[in-house]
Amino acid sequence: MTVLTRKTHSTAVETLTWTPVVEEHRLERDVGAAALLKGRHIALYRTWNDRLYASSNVDPDTGASVLSRGIVGESGGVPTIASPLLKAVFNLETGECLTNDELSVETYPVRVVDGIIQVGLDF
Amino acid sequence: MPELINIRDLPTSVSERRVVVVGAGPAAHRFVTALRGRGDRSDVVVLGEESVAPYDRVNLAKHWDPDHDLSLTNVGMWNERTHLVTNAWVNSIDPERKSVHVNGETELAYDELVLATGSAATMPPLPGNDLAGVYVYRTVNDVDRMRANVEALSSARGPEKPPQAVVIGGGLLGLEAAGGLVKYGFETHLVHSRDWLMSSQLDEGGGRTLNRAIEQRGIELHLGQRPSAVLPAAADPSTVGGVAVGEDLIEADLVVWAIGITPRDELARDAGLETAPNGGVPIDTACRTATPGIWAIGEVASFDGTCVGLVAPANAMAEVVAAQLTGGDDEFTEIDDATKLKLHGLDVASFGDSLSRKSGTLDVVMSDPVEGVYQKLVLSDDARTLLGGVFVGDAEPYASLRALLGRQLPGAPKAYLSGGGDVPDAEMPDDLVACSCNNVTVHEIKQAVGQGCHDLASVKKCSKAGTQCGSCVGLVGKIMTKEMEGAGLEISKRLCEHFELSRPELFEAIRLSRLTSFTQVIEKIGTGRGCDICKPVVANILATAFHEHVLDGGRDGLQDTNDRALANMQKDGTYSVVPRIPGGEITPEKLAVIAQVAKEFNLYTKITGAQRIDLLGARLEQLPQIWQRLIDAGMESGQAYGKSLRAVKSCVGSAWCRYGVQDSVGMAVHLENRYRGLRSPHKLKIGVSGCARECAEARGKDVGVIATDKGWNVYVGGNGGFTPRHAELLVSDVDDRMLVKVIDRFFMYYIRSAERLQRTAPWVESLEGGMDHLREVILEDSLGICDELESAMGDLVADYRDEWAETLNDPVKLARFTPFINDPQATDETIVQVPERGQVRPATAGERVMISVPTIGIGA
Ligand SMILES: Cc1cc2nc3c(=O)[nH]c(=O)nc-3n(C[C@H](O)[C@H](O)[C@H](O)COP(=O)(O)OP(=O)(O)OC[C@H]3O[C@@H](n4cnc5c(N)ncnc54)[C@H](O)[C@@H]3O)c2cc1C
Repeated sequence: MTVLTRKTHSTAVETLTWTPVVEEHRLERDVGAAALLKGRHIALYRTWNDRLYASSNVDPDTGASVLSRGIVGESGGVPTIASPLLKAVFNLETGECLTNDELSVETYPVRVVDGIIQVGLDF
Repeated sequence: MPELINIRDLPTSVSERRVVVVGAGPAAHRFVTALRGRGDRSDVVVLGEESVAPYDRVNLAKHWDPDHDLSLTNVGMWNERTHLVTNAWVNSIDPERKSVHVNGETELAYDELVLATGSAATMPPLPGNDLAGVYVYRTVNDVDRMRANVEALSSARGPEKPPQAVVIGGGLLGLEAAGGLVKYGFETHLVHSRDWLMSSQLDEGGGRTLNRAIEQRGIELHLGQRPSAVLPAAADPSTVGGVAVGEDLIEADLVVWAIGITPRDELARDAGLETAPNGGVPIDTACRTATPGIWAIGEVASFDGTCVGLVAPANAMAEVVAAQLTGGDDEFTEIDDATKLKLHGLDVASFGDSLSRKSGTLDVVMSDPVEGVYQKLVLSDDARTLLGGVFVGDAEPYASLRALLGRQLPGAPKAYLSGGGDVPDAEMPDDLVACSCNNVTVHEIKQAVGQGCHDLASVKKCSKAGTQCGSCVGLVGKIMTKEMEGAGLEISKRLCEHFELSRPELFEAIRLSRLTSFTQVIEKIGTGRGCDICKPVVANILATAFHEHVLDGGRDGLQDTNDRALANMQKDGTYSVVPRIPGGEITPEKLAVIAQVAKEFNLYTKITGAQRIDLLGARLEQLPQIWQRLIDAGMESGQAYGKSLRAVKSCVGSAWCRYGVQDSVGMAVHLENRYRGLRSPHKLKIGVSGCARECAEARGKDVGVIATDKGWNVYVGGNGGFTPRHAELLVSDVDDRMLVKVIDRFFMYYIRSAERLQRTAPWVESLEGGMDHLREVILEDSLGICDELESAMGDLVADYRDEWAETLNDPVKLARFTPFINDPQATDETIVQVPERGQVRPATAGERVMISVPTIGIGA
C-alpha cells in the first residue's frame, strides 16, 4: 500500500524560490508574455507605470494557456488582464476575477535583481 | 481511454492543509468552486468513482443526446492545488489516522474530509432485476447503456412494432425517464404505487390533473400497484421480457426503476460514523458531522432527519462548508424543497407545504379540467401567509410565488392564480431568494443591474441567478426590467469606465484633434489607463483615421489577441488562418498551396460561409511560417480576425451563368480589393449577385449588390447571425462608378457614427429617420459631407498594405510569435488535439481532464 502524507512547510515565505525569467527590458509595456517555469506556464506583465506582475498563464474559463495574450488594462485603479477568449477580467494584484466570482488565477510575487526579472514560486 | 496518471503520483501537498472530498458530483463541484472563490489556498483532492469530471445530473435527460456536454467544470479549475481523481472509489475512511483508502490500494491523508457521495437509485431485491435490459436512471453511464440498448431495439423491431418500455415509479425521475423513452419511439408504461403521479409533491387534485396530461402523451399508467417480479424474455432468458403487476403482465423490452433514492452512507457507516435512522449522515447547521474534521454535503447529508434529493440544498450546504473552512460562520438552516418537472411542454411545480399537512391551513384552488390546469395556494389560517403551492398545466405564477414562501402575500391570493386578475405591483422584498439553486436574492439581482448589467444574459452571468435549473429566469427578467424602469435607466452610450464619450463622439474627437496614440487619447479625453473595451476601439479608430499598421507605434498592446497575432484565437489557444480569396475566386495553383500548407502543419480545413478556406489549429509560433508560404504564393491576409471587411461573396455571374445579367464575380473581386483591410466598428460583409435570383444571398450582408439589366441595385443593413435581417434598398440601377461612390459613402458614414460593436443593421435602425435619412445623406448630400467621405475612403484605399507581409519583414513584430519569452524553442504542450473524421480537433474538456498533465486520474 502506498501512503501519501503531507509535507508541512513552517511558513509560506520560506518556501518561495525566486526563479529568474528574462531581462527586464525584454518585457514590453502593456504587452504580456508567457514563460515556462518549472514546467508551469506563467504570464508576466509590465503595466503603464512599469510595475511588474505575474500570474498563471492558464485561462480558467477554457484551460488554454493564453492569458498573457489578453489586454492589460486598469479598472478603478487596479491593474487587470482580460482573457483573450471569453473576456473574463482578472485583478493582477490578487488574481481575483472582476467579471465572474467563480473564477480566479494564481498570482506570484515578482522582483528585479540585476536587471533580471525573478518570479517567486511556491512549488 | 488514454493512459492516466496513477494516484500514487499525486504530488505531495504544497499547502498547510489538505481538503479531501469524497464524491465528484454537483455538491463536490460547488464546494470546490466556492472554496476557491473565497481565495482559499488549501490543497484540494476530489475523489470520484465515476470516470468523468463532475456533471450536471439535474439535466441528465439531455444526455440522451450523447453530444450534449453536461460537464460542470471548466478545465482550468483543476490545477496544481486542485486535483480531480476520476475512477477513484473510496473504500474506507480511517477517522483516527485522518485518512481515506482509495481503490483498496492507496491511503490518502486529509486534514478536512468532505463527504459528498450523493445517493444511489433504489432497486428493490425483486427476482429478475439482474436481467439485461433493466436499468436505473442516475448516471451518464446509465443513460449511455440505455441509449445503446434503445438504438439496438429500435433498429431490430422496425417501425411496425415499436419496442415497449416499463418505467417503475411515477415521481419526478420516473416521469422524466418515461418522457425520454416516448421520444425514442417506445410504447411506454408507467407503474406507480399510489393513485396519482408525483404523490410526494402533489395533492390529489393536482395529481389527477397530471395523470390525465401524462396519459394524453400516450403513456399508459398502472396506478396503485407495485410490480411483483421482472420476467425474462421467452426468446432469450438472459434479457428482460416483461413485468408482473398484480394480475397483469406488461410486456417489456426495457425496464427502468425510478422509485426513489438511497443515500450513499455505507462509507460512513463502515467507518463507525453516526448515520440517521432513515439513512444519510447527520449534520448540524454548519454541515459538520459528529466526527471532528468530517463534513457532509448534498444528498448524503441528513438534516433534521431527512436527506433531500434536490440540488438547491446541496449547493447551499457546499457554500456553508466552504465558508466554515475559511473562517466564516454561514449556516444551513432551511431546506428549500421546491420542485419543477422538466418535461417539455408540461408545467408541473410545487413548493412548501404543498400537501397542506400543517393543521389549520387554507387552500385556494383553481381547477380547469378542460384546459388541464390545476393550481393551489396553501395559506395560513388568516389567509395571509403563503405556506406552499401546487401548479399543474400552467406554472407561470410559480417562479414569483415560491420566492414569497413564508411571507404575507401583498394582494388577494386569487390574483396570483391564472386568470385571477392583476397581481398588485408590489415591490419585491430585497431578501427574497429568487434563484434557490444558487441562492441569489432579489437584492443581488438589483445589484447586478446597478453594476451595469442591462440585459438578461449579463444579469444571469453576473448574479448567477437562473443558471442552473432555469425555472426562475422569468422572474429574474421581471426584477431586472422593474429595476431598470425604476431607475429611469436610459441606456448609457458611455464606452467604458475610462471614456464618457460614445464611440462616434470619440471618433470625431480623435480625428479633429489629430490624436495619434492611445496615451494621447486617454490623457486628453479619458481617465485612468484603459481596458479591454476602450483599447481595441481606440486602436480601430486610429487605424481608420490615420491608416497605420495595427501593430505599429506601441498599438499592439491595445489590440485584441486576434488583431495582435493577426489570426483568430480558438478555444484551445491555437489560431485559424484565413487567406483572402477575393469574390471566392481562386486558382488551382493557390488552392494547391493551401492544401500543402494545411497538410504540412496538420491544420483542420473547412470552407467558410463566406467562400473562403479556414485553416484551424495553428500554433502561435507557426503563424509566421504559414504566412510566409501563403504570401510567397501570392496570397494575403483575409483579415478574418479583425473588426474589418471580411469577404465579398458572389455567384458565378454573367461570364458563365445563362441567367446572369452582370459580371458579379468581377465586381466582387473589385469591391473586395477596394475595401480589404478597412477597419470598422464591427465586421463588414458584402454580397454581389449577378441577377435577381440572388444566389449570392447578398441581402443578408451589410451591403448587398444585385445586378439589374440597367446596372446594380444597392441594399444596405442586412446581416445573418443572431438577429437575421434583410438589407433594404438604398438605390436602384446605378452604374459601376456610382456603385462604388455609394458604398464608399455608406461605409465611411457608418464607421464614423456607429457605436462600438454595432453592426450596420442596428445602426441604420438607430438613425433618426432610418433609411430616409440615409438616402438624404448619401444620395442627396444633405449634410454636405459626401466629398469628404469619399476622399477619406480614397486615402485608406491608397494606403492599403498587407498586414502579414509587413509583419514578416519586421523582426520586432516577429519576435512576438514566440510562445515563451524565456525559452524560445519550447512549445505549448497543453494543446491537445484528437482525431475526428480524418482531421484533428481540440480535445474536449472531458478528454483533456483525462489526457493532460496537471490533472490526475487513476489508470485501470
Ligand atoms: C434524472 C435526474 C433528474 C434530476 N432532476 C432534478 C431537478 O430537476 N431538480 C433538482 O433539484 N434535482 C434534480 N435531481 C437531483 C440532483 O441531481 C441531485 O440532488 C444532485 O446530483 C445531488 O448532488 P450530490 O453531489 O449530493 O450527489 P451525486 O450527484 O449523487 O454525486 C455523488 C457522487 O459521488 C460518487 N460517490 C459515491 N460514493 C463514492 C465513493 N465511496 N467514492 C468515490 N465516489 C463516490 C458518486 O458516484 C457520484 O458521482 C435529478 C437527479 C436525476 C438523476
